Amino acid sequence: METIIENEFVKELGNKHGRSRESLIPILQDLVVQNRFLSKQDMVDVARELDISAADVYGTATFYTFLDTEVRGKYIIRICKTISCAMKGKNDILSIIEDILKIKVGETSSDRKFSLLEANCIGWCHKAPAMLINDTPYTELTPEKVTEILRDYIRTK
Amino acid sequence: MSNLKEKFVKRVDLIFEKTECRDILEKIIDMEPDAICQKVLDSDLKGRGGAGFPTGMKWRFASQEEDTVKYIICNADEGEPGTFKDREILDQVPGKVFCGMAIAAKAVGAKYGYVYLRGEYKFLIPMLNEELVKFHRTMDEFNHNFRIQIRLGSGAYICGEESALFESIEGKRGEPRNKPPYPTTSGLFGKPTVINNVETLVHVVMIMKYGAAHFKELGTKDSRGSKVFSISGDTPKAGIFELELGMSVNEFVEEFGDGDTKAVQVGGASGFCVPRKRFEETIIGFEGVPTGGSMKLFNSTRSMYNVLHNYLDFFTEESCGQCTPCRVGCQQLLKGVEAVKRGDKNSKYLDELVKLAKTMKRASKCGLGQSVGNAFGSIVENFKEEIIY
Repeated sequence: METIIENEFVKELGNKHGRSRESLIPILQDLVVQNRFLSKQDMVDVARELDISAADVYGTATFYTFLDTEVRGKYIIRICKTISCAMKGKNDILSIIEDILKIKVGETSSDRKFSLLEANCIGWCHKAPAMLINDTPYTELTPEKVTEILRDYIRTK
Repeated sequence: MSNLKEKFVKRVDLIFEKTECRDILEKIIDMEPDAICQKVLDSDLKGRGGAGFPTGMKWRFASQEEDTVKYIICNADEGEPGTFKDREILDQVPGKVFCGMAIAAKAVGAKYGYVYLRGEYKFLIPMLNEELVKFHRTMDEFNHNFRIQIRLGSGAYICGEESALFESIEGKRGEPRNKPPYPTTSGLFGKPTVINNVETLVHVVMIMKYGAAHFKELGTKDSRGSKVFSISGDTPKAGIFELELGMSVNEFVEEFGDGDTKAVQVGGASGFCVPRKRFEETIIGFEGVPTGGSMKLFNSTRSMYNVLHNYLDFFTEESCGQCTPCRVGCQQLLKGVEAVKRGDKNSKYLDELVKLAKTMKRASKCGLGQSVGNAFGSIVENFKEEIIY
């Protein structure tokens, strides 16, 4: 017989958000906060907790950009690639980040500290170029500014 | 002439005015629901998210439903490229947004509300929750049975479409539903639902404070009141400005341009591109080019091919993929302009693509696929050489 190992964290999230279908996204969002991505096992455990199919959980998760199903780093950098940011030098900022972190867009550093992604409009067009590191927005980026921000993350976080 | 100009690019300070919501809540508590709907109807307020449906009518439809459970939703899933005013409104005057929801709740008889906030604005949550505690305390004082919950999006543009937003709150993929039924009949969890943009709700608060007539003093017959604009691109004055509706693009450009503006994209990626030769005749408002607030200026150093490519790339990624015209159409428009640019297809192929965009307008299930053709048609029509060469 298959032994089910209880996923304590998922159980806790079930207690916090409830176990009906509308609790699914808040639960997945909290899992992403905790682990930076959704593992297969976590999605199966959530399905069991909510008594829905794992395919439903996976199907819902993969619809949403921020509910990653691939391994991500502790800090997810999302640089905005939509028109205003593109016009104000987003590509320059991107190459500096790539240089400093030695990863390309879509990749995660080997120590799993950083992931670098592009995002569609994040709502800071008047202060372009802009990026998010996890939930924190950084705006009016310049080569100097982004270097300083990243150095700070590398050093202290 | 100078008088006219002054009249048209008129700055307004209603939305960001610090307003004591207590007084307004106290006032509406004794009002008849129908009187509230009537007052909003009298103001001619149209939805500020972009579609421009009359707010009072929406509320009245929902109020006439018999159901005992109804919902009020504040659509804060601001995702249209070039739109960032709702973030500022929520940041500066969150109490007014909640107050607007309470007024809607009273008008239609709802006990529950949701704010659906885009995931990119998660940093606002601690502050919003604090404000919400204060708001609920005021509600209790006035014995007004209405509670608001904040739900967070997760990076899907399409969830700003009202029925996709309902699906998302229900814990599902954010795929738009067929309409009808409309939200006021069958919305969130199948219940009558009023869903309004952040700014719309704050306008309602100001209409309750100063009256419908005051609101109507601003704007034009088809576009009453003021509007919060998100201004970006090639402009020395990028930022958030509340302006009177009904100005021409020319007047707008005189105020916000850099002296070399060749085009203004009104309404974001799903809006229209207005070229210089049309600045004079084009009115910013529901009688001309409607906008949810996004205004992007492009000067002569910009390639409109790059602009169009950027928008198509955006739509290709953000199309939910549910209906074929939109899913395949977005991809083909993107591939198509690339092929024309490379020279693999001749310039006549652009006409085929314009036809495809028109088909998408007719055949797509929701506003996303239906509006891709707005930017596509207006950019291709006015900047054909830039797309080809």
